[in-house]
Amino acid sequence: MFKKILIANRGEIACRVIKTARKMGIQTVAVYSDADRNALHVKMADEAVHIGPPPAAQSYIVIDKIMEAIRATGAEAVHPGYGFLSENMNFAAALEKEGVVFVGPPSPAIEAMGDKITSKKIAQEAGVSTVPGYMGLIADSDEAVKISREIGYPVMIKASAGGGGKGMRIAWNDQEAAEGFQSSKNEAASSFGDDRIFIEKFVTQPRHIEIQVLADKHGNCVYLHERECSIQRRNQKVIEEAPSPFLDEATRKAMGEQACALARAVGYTSAGTVEFIVDGNRNFYFLEMNTRLQVEHPVTELITGVDLVEQMIRVANGEKLPFAQSDLKINGWAMESRLYAEDPYRNFLPSIGRLTRYRPPVEGKTSGGGIVRNDTGVYEGGEISMYYDPMIAKLCTWGPTRADAIEEMRLALDTFEVEGIGHNLPFCSAVMDHPRFTSGNITTAFIAEEYPEGFNGVTLDAQTLRRVAASVAAMNRVAEIRRTKISGTMDNHERRVGDNWVVTLQGESFPVTIAADKAGSTVTFADGSSHRVESGWTPGQPLARLMVDGDPLVMKVGKIPMGFRIRLRGADLKARVQSPRQAELALLMPEKLPPDTSRFLLCPMPGLVVKISVEEGQEVQEGQALATVEAMKMENILKAEKRGVVKKINAAPGASLKVDDVIMEFE
Amino acid sequence: MKDILEQLEQRRATARQGGGQRRVDGQHAKGKLTARERIELLLDEGSFEEFDMFVAHRCTDFGMEADRPAGDGVVTGWGTINGRMVYVFSQDFTVMGGSVSETHGAKICKIMDMAMQNGAPVIGLNDSGGARIQEGVASLAAYGEVFQRNIEASGVVPQISVIMGPCAGGAVYSPAMTDFIFMVKDSSYMFVTGPDVVKTVTNEVVTAEELGGASTHTKKSSVADGAFENDVEALSEVRRLVDFLPLNNRQKAPVRPFFDDPSRVETSLDTLVPDNPNQPYDMKELILKIADEGDFFEIQKDFAANIITGFIRVEGQSVGVVANQPMVLAGCLDIDASRKAARFVRFCDAFEIPILTLVDVPGFLPGTSQEYGGVIKHGAKLLFAYGEATVPKVTVLTRKTYGGAYVVMASKHLKADFNYAWPTAEVAVMGAKGAVEILYRSELGDKDKIAARTKDYEDRFANPFVAAERGFIDEVIMPHSTRRRVARAFAALRNKKLSTPWKKHDNIPL
Repeated sequence: MFKKILIANRGEIACRVIKTARKMGIQTVAVYSDADRNALHVKMADEAVHIGPPPAAQSYIVIDKIMEAIRATGAEAVHPGYGFLSENMNFAAALEKEGVVFVGPPSPAIEAMGDKITSKKIAQEAGVSTVPGYMGLIADSDEAVKISREIGYPVMIKASAGGGGKGMRIAWNDQEAAEGFQSSKNEAASSFGDDRIFIEKFVTQPRHIEIQVLADKHGNCVYLHERECSIQRRNQKVIEEAPSPFLDEATRKAMGEQACALARAVGYTSAGTVEFIVDGNRNFYFLEMNTRLQVEHPVTELITGVDLVEQMIRVANGEKLPFAQSDLKINGWAMESRLYAEDPYRNFLPSIGRLTRYRPPVEGKTSGGGIVRNDTGVYEGGEISMYYDPMIAKLCTWGPTRADAIEEMRLALDTFEVEGIGHNLPFCSAVMDHPRFTSGNITTAFIAEEYPEGFNGVTLDAQTLRRVAASVAAMNRVAEIRRTKISGTMDNHERRVGDNWVVTLQGESFPVTIAADKAGSTVTFADGSSHRVESGWTPGQPLARLMVDGDPLVMKVGKIPMGFRIRLRGADLKARVQSPRQAELALLMPEKLPPDTSRFLLCPMPGLVVKISVEEGQEVQEGQALATVEAMKMENILKAEKRGVVKKINAAPGASLKVDDVIMEFE
Repeated sequence: MKDILEQLEQRRATARQGGGQRRVDGQHAKGKLTARERIELLLDEGSFEEFDMFVAHRCTDFGMEADRPAGDGVVTGWGTINGRMVYVFSQDFTVMGGSVSETHGAKICKIMDMAMQNGAPVIGLNDSGGARIQEGVASLAAYGEVFQRNIEASGVVPQISVIMGPCAGGAVYSPAMTDFIFMVKDSSYMFVTGPDVVKTVTNEVVTAEELGGASTHTKKSSVADGAFENDVEALSEVRRLVDFLPLNNRQKAPVRPFFDDPSRVETSLDTLVPDNPNQPYDMKELILKIADEGDFFEIQKDFAANIITGFIRVEGQSVGVVANQPMVLAGCLDIDASRKAARFVRFCDAFEIPILTLVDVPGFLPGTSQEYGGVIKHGAKLLFAYGEATVPKVTVLTRKTYGGAYVVMASKHLKADFNYAWPTAEVAVMGAKGAVEILYRSELGDKDKIAARTKDYEDRFANPFVAAERGFIDEVIMPHSTRRRVARAFAALRNKKLSTPWKKHDNIPL
């Protein structure tokens, strides 16, 4: 076995590889840029080599710098992680030349699968199902109909030069095919000056399902079943799971065998992923092959018990796979939520900065019989940098069934504390509670269809709301009683904390009566129903773990005047707990609406105004550039959301702005 | 007998009606609570004991004898906040616009006298149209009597003003002399002369809100220490503030049970100070991580944000925090920051509240506007305030402290008790670049030489050890153990006694 390997990557995947290497008794070498001087992967590795300035193009993907680091440390093998140099055949070739082992496939396999057209051709030849289509020139609409029939409806008629939906038609029958061909052709000619048209199968209700393969250098190749990654936002995977709730045994087997056939066809070794698109009738078609470890590999590990990184290293070392296909069973269900430093309330804008608080859930076996795993590359007090992928962590859960895995994920997300930056944790929580997601009836359009206006938080259901209301009432009582224990009170005239309170949250008011005893509180609502709340929560604890009627409830707690900011299940609430008199008088208080910001251009991030592109009095069109704000050396062009006239400009170039500062006003 | 009892109940009921239902509805329509409703929310339920419910004015001019409402436009008395005694007056806008008459003033004076005698804070809820014009000079005299008591009570018992409606003309000077002024957004304003007079005299057109609203006084004038969304929130937050304050100047800062480990380690603080010395960081994170339960009551949040002031608790006891904020103006001291912090330090010292100072200061802000504005005298206020303060003083240097600002920010030379520094701290006359430019002016043309000189200077001075060698820094501490070190320092100072030479009073450079 190798004595020392270098990990040509950063962040969570570098940490992930280091963990396995350490388990195997292999020494590790990290590489780091200036921005990663204090990064977790640097701390975890046995050695670390500085490789240049923050931009990846000047550090992590500069082959020469990695080669220097290898020479300097005497590493015998390199694990590339994903991204960066992982699918760069020049890198694999350079290593080969240097006699250093690349923990990945041979460079010809990388090359063959690196090109979309070549890979599709190879796949076809290997008997892998590809999206049926006709790439040649189509003379007229009669031919178009003929081809469409051969492919089978529905078909997509596309302009070769097309993009953005222009010159694209979907046809469900001969008539639509004929008409679609003609209009696409016309549109393509006028839009692109190129009227070439091609036709391919239109995949309805598409799901993204991929097969994990593993091949050694002795001709053995197995598949470790599938992962479903249909929950994507603009082609960025957000939630993945294994197995897929959609595949039956036959489809799984067919996909797995085809994936292995493809791997064999290109002489593949190491771990790889064959991505398929699967339609509503379980027809599957090859998309591409990723010749590296996939981001979402942990879900496969959780259901198969195989450490993919370990196997990659062993294969690279020339060992035989220790299992056959028949040994690889699916055990239970695994979910993965990718936690991104992206603010879901601001249209998923990247959010960078300092993690003032970062407390992931405890890893390992849970009280519910599940497993929590968190792959991360950050730590509390660390920095999320603008230079790299904004992923903070990959939170995975396992349970015997899909419902169990989802429930474990809900709790794990509620327990996960991340402060200091915006992040998509509430969004992941929202998906976990979405009925369509839990039903398994998902497609790659899930997010676009279910959140067409973006994410605006979650409204809690009535039952959860009452559980939260009962909890905050009980928590508030603890806090209020403590307040009466202050020094300097008037003997015999101390404040007695009342039993009656009014909890107001999510626009609803719940008058409650609390009966407390040693073990907890019974909170009775106006309709006579009651909830039993037990908890060791004390004021100041940012995470409240409660048992409500015997079921766990976990929520993040912050202090606000007369109550708490409560976050759970993707909801972010202000929960007021007031005495009945306070609540009564609070009703007299005017409701102050937040200022109408649609007439303003607000600064979306802290930054420096570089340019104001318009003048006062100027009419602007939707999408027109208004101003440029530089944040952490990135120039962000702010565009008009709708047509309007600039009334007043409040910021000049050179001004340093905070989030929500008004840059300009419209009439 | 029974009739007499009933008569009392009737009289009480009448008094409690204030200006009558119509005016009460009017008050509510403006989003304001009545004087009595406010007292109910300020004090513990059922704890209010009223004085002078039946006081009525004695004015006979302008037909005033026909209208002599019980209470005369102000409700006064005492009650408790979380079981601790406070005195309160609440002006009733529904009764003659809450205007101040001779008797109205006398009611306020009575409870202020009681408060001083019995050692309890005075909380004033202001909602008044001003002097009662019909009473003429008697009304002005009433103000004067209140002012005199504000002055006498200053430093004896905490005085808190909440502006919950108009407060104009001479009336502003009573709150102005109290320790804290809070305002309610959109429904309160304070000014010496109103928009009409302003228009007549200076031709400026300005609304009452622009001239003296909560935004003006919390952001521009610094007259107010904070603003709240509405009456209910304001009163709830005043209760929260009172929990931080002693009842009088003879008591120690209050202590209450706490649920936070005094030895709590915060490893994230080891990376709070960025590698790049020019990159700011948020000092509030340090405050919140030192404080019990992350609870911080900030004073003057929206004014001179280059310095942070407010109250936290450490091991359950109140501590006043003064901290430079690198996020704003690099945390430098200027006129506004010096004034803001000086007043806060003096409040803490007057009421036995220990002071924690967190330092990262590049110096005083240079410039003509600062010098013309008298930064010398204003800066001296903070220096003076720290130097005269005899309460426990603990100082933590996080990054840099240069020049005169080093001395000002609760340095050892101003009798601070514990001066801690993080390893990242630099104590120097100035930063390396500036120092080298002065010391090696002749070599400025030679970049390499200057770089070498700069490095020499950094190696020599860009650390806390030069100061530690002289004992100006008591100990260099790990950032992650700051809470534990600070807690132990204050614990060690619980019995601190420091006497100062007799004087009538000092002569702080006002």
